[in-house]
Amino acid sequence: MSSIPEIKEELVFDRPKVLADVPSHYCPGCQHGVIHRMVAECLEEFGLVEKTIAVSSIGCSVFLYNYILVDTVEAPHGRAPAVATGVKRARTDAFVFAYQGDGDLASIGLAEIMHAANRGERISVVFVNNTVYGMTGGQMAPTTMIGQKTTTCPAGRCAEREGGPMRMAELIASLDGVAYSARVAVNSIKNMAQAKRALRRTFETQIKGEGFGFVEFLATCPTNWRVSPVAANERVAKEMIPGFPLGVYKDAAKED
Amino acid sequence: MSRIVIDEERCKGCLLCAQVCPKAIIAASSRFNAKGYKVAEVLEAEKEKCTGCAACAQMCPDVAIKVWRSVKSKAKEND
Amino acid sequence: MSAKRVFIKGNEAIGQGALAAGCRCYFGYPITPQNDIPEMLSSAMPAAGGQFVQAESEVAAANMLLGAAACGVRAMTTSSSPGVSLMQEAISYMAGSELPGVIVNMNRGGPGLGDIGPSQGDYFQSVKGGGHGDYRTLTLAPATCQECYDLTFTAFELAYKYRNPVLILGDAIVGQMKEPVTPREPLPIDPAEGGDWKLTGRGERAPRLLKSLFLEDGALAGQNRLLQKKYEAMRAEVLYEDFETAAADLVVVAYGSIGRIAKTAVRALRDAGLKIGLLRPITLYPFPEEALRALAAAGKRFLTIEHNLGQMVDDVRLAVRGLADSDFYGVFPGNLPTPDEFVEPIRAAAKGA
Repeated sequence: MSSIPEIKEELVFDRPKVLADVPSHYCPGCQHGVIHRMVAECLEEFGLVEKTIAVSSIGCSVFLYNYILVDTVEAPHGRAPAVATGVKRARTDAFVFAYQGDGDLASIGLAEIMHAANRGERISVVFVNNTVYGMTGGQMAPTTMIGQKTTTCPAGRCAEREGGPMRMAELIASLDGVAYSARVAVNSIKNMAQAKRALRRTFETQIKGEGFGFVEFLATCPTNWRVSPVAANERVAKEMIPGFPLGVYKDAAKED
Repeated sequence: MSRIVIDEERCKGCLLCAQVCPKAIIAASSRFNAKGYKVAEVLEAEKEKCTGCAACAQMCPDVAIKVWRSVKSKAKEND
Repeated sequence: MSAKRVFIKGNEAIGQGALAAGCRCYFGYPITPQNDIPEMLSSAMPAAGGQFVQAESEVAAANMLLGAAACGVRAMTTSSSPGVSLMQEAISYMAGSELPGVIVNMNRGGPGLGDIGPSQGDYFQSVKGGGHGDYRTLTLAPATCQECYDLTFTAFELAYKYRNPVLILGDAIVGQMKEPVTPREPLPIDPAEGGDWKLTGRGERAPRLLKSLFLEDGALAGQNRLLQKKYEAMRAEVLYEDFETAAADLVVVAYGSIGRIAKTAVRALRDAGLKIGLLRPITLYPFPEEALRALAAAGKRFLTIEHNLGQMVDDVRLAVRGLADSDFYGVFPGNLPTPDEFVEPIRAAAKGA
C-alpha cells in the first residue's frame, strides 16, 4: 500500500456517487461493470439522477438496480423497450433508460426494440453485446459470430444453419424515429473515450426530445468464451470490431 | 508523485488494468483476497513511474481503483 | 343523476368509463370484437390529456401497461382471447411485482383462432391465474353496458386498493350491443395515489425498485405468502346479483351475458309457476362461494349454465361441496343462445334426477 506523499495531489478518478459502493456479482473481466460506471457518470454529469427511471432486463444485467441507485422497474425478457415506453408515456418528465443484453434485445425482444425505436420513443437504450447468453451458461446468441463456439453451437456458429450475427446499431439506424444510433467498445482507452461520448449523445437525444437514442457496447464474456479476461479483451479488437464495426450510424443533429 | 490505490477486496484479478497501463507497472501479486482472487498490485520498484493517467481505473470492471495525480503547479492540467 | 344518458356499445362504455375513472394511459392492439375501444380512445385519450399507443403486439401492449402501472398512473389495455393469451407474461410479472392495471378481455370463441363470436371459454384463464406462477387476478364480469361502465370504475379502484392486475371479462355480446348508459361524474386524478411505492424518479428519497425476482434464501416464499394474504383479503370484494333465490328450489348460476339471457328464461319459468332463482356472479375472482354455500345449506339445487363446455361449474361444485352438486348446461362457441334455449334445460334440472 502506498503512503501518502508530501506533495500536493488530487483525486482524479473515483466512482460516481450514484454507483453503489458494493462488490458486483459479475465475473472477473466482465465489462458490464465499466458500462454501468459510464451510465452512472452520464446520469450525474447531466444532473439526471433524481428524475431517472431505469428499466432493467433479463440476463446478467438484471441486477442493474443493485448498482445504479435510481428508481427501477424490472421488465420481462426482451420487453424492456415496451416497459420503458409505458414508463415514459406515464411520466413524460422522467429520464427513462433501458439496459439490455444481446439475447434480450436482439432475439426475444426484437419486436419491442424495433418498434420503440420506430415510434421514436423518447427513451435511451444501452445495449450490451457480448455475443453470447451469459446468465444461462453461454448459449448461442443472435449476435454470436460465425465460427464462434457456444454450448448450443459447439462446432461453431454456421451461417447456413443458424444465420449470421445481427448488427443492431445498423438496423436501428435505418428507422425513421431514431435520433441516434452508434456502436462503441470499451476495450481500450481510446475506444472508451468514444464510448463515453456516444453514451452522452444517446442520453442527450432524450433530454432534447430529438427521438430515440441507442448505443451498442461491444463487451466481453470471458467466462462463457472460456478465455482469460485479457484474452477476451484482445478478442474484441481482433474479431469483434471487424465483424461489428464501430461508429455512429445515425445522428439526427448532423443531418440538416 | 502520482499513485493509484487498488481496493483489494473488490479486485477480481482480471488484470485488464495491467494490460492497459502505459508504463506496465501493474501485475498480479502473490496475495489472494477473501473471495479467493489473486489481486493486482503496483510493482513496488516501479511505482514512481505512475503518471496518474487513470487508464487502469477506467478499464477496471469493478471500479476498484482510485487515482491521485500530483499537482506540480497550475501549469499542467491536461492528460 | 344529473348526467345525461347516452346510447353506446359495451365496448364504448368501457372506454368512457376508463376515462371518467381517471385512466390516462391506454395501450392496445387491434383484435375483434373489441376494436371500438382503441378506436374511440385513439382520439378521446389524447383529448383528455392522456397517452394512447397502438402497440406492436399484445405482448408489448401489456408490458407498456406494466411500465405505466409502475409509475402509479391509471392505465388500461384491452383485447380479446388470443390477444389476452399473449398478455399473460406481463400479467404474471405485474402480479409478482404488485402492479395495478386493468386488462379487458372481450371473450371470443376458441381454442386457437376460434371465431369472433361470443364465448366464455376464458373463464379458467381469467380466474385461475392465466400465466405462470401462483397468482390471481380480480375478475369482473359485466352483463350490461351500464355494468361495463360501472365495473371499469370498480376495476381501477380495486387495482389500486390491492396493487394487483384486474380483469374485466366481457364477451362479444356485451361488447357489441348498444344500451342506454348513465355516465358518472369523472373522478379527479389523485396525485397521491400509489404515493408510497410508485416510481417518479427518486428525487431526494431512497431509490425504489419494482420487481418480481426474489433469489435470496426464503425471499420468494415471503413474497408468495404476502400475495396469498392479499388474495384472502380480496374475498371481501365479492359481488353478485341474487334474483329470487330465497324461495327457489333450483338456483341457476350463470355470469355475464349468459347470466342475463338465463335470467329471462328464469323469469319466464317463474311466471309459469316453477320455483327457480338465479345467482349471477359479478366478481368471478373472488367467487361468491359463501353465498352459494348458504344456498346449498338451505337445501337448494343448482344448474350452472355457461357459454363453454364447463368451467365455472367446477367452482360452483367446490363452493357447495358436501352439501349439494350442480347440473351443467353448456353452449358451444359459435352459437348465440336465446332464452328459449335455456328453458328446457332449466325445466329438466328443476324436476331433479
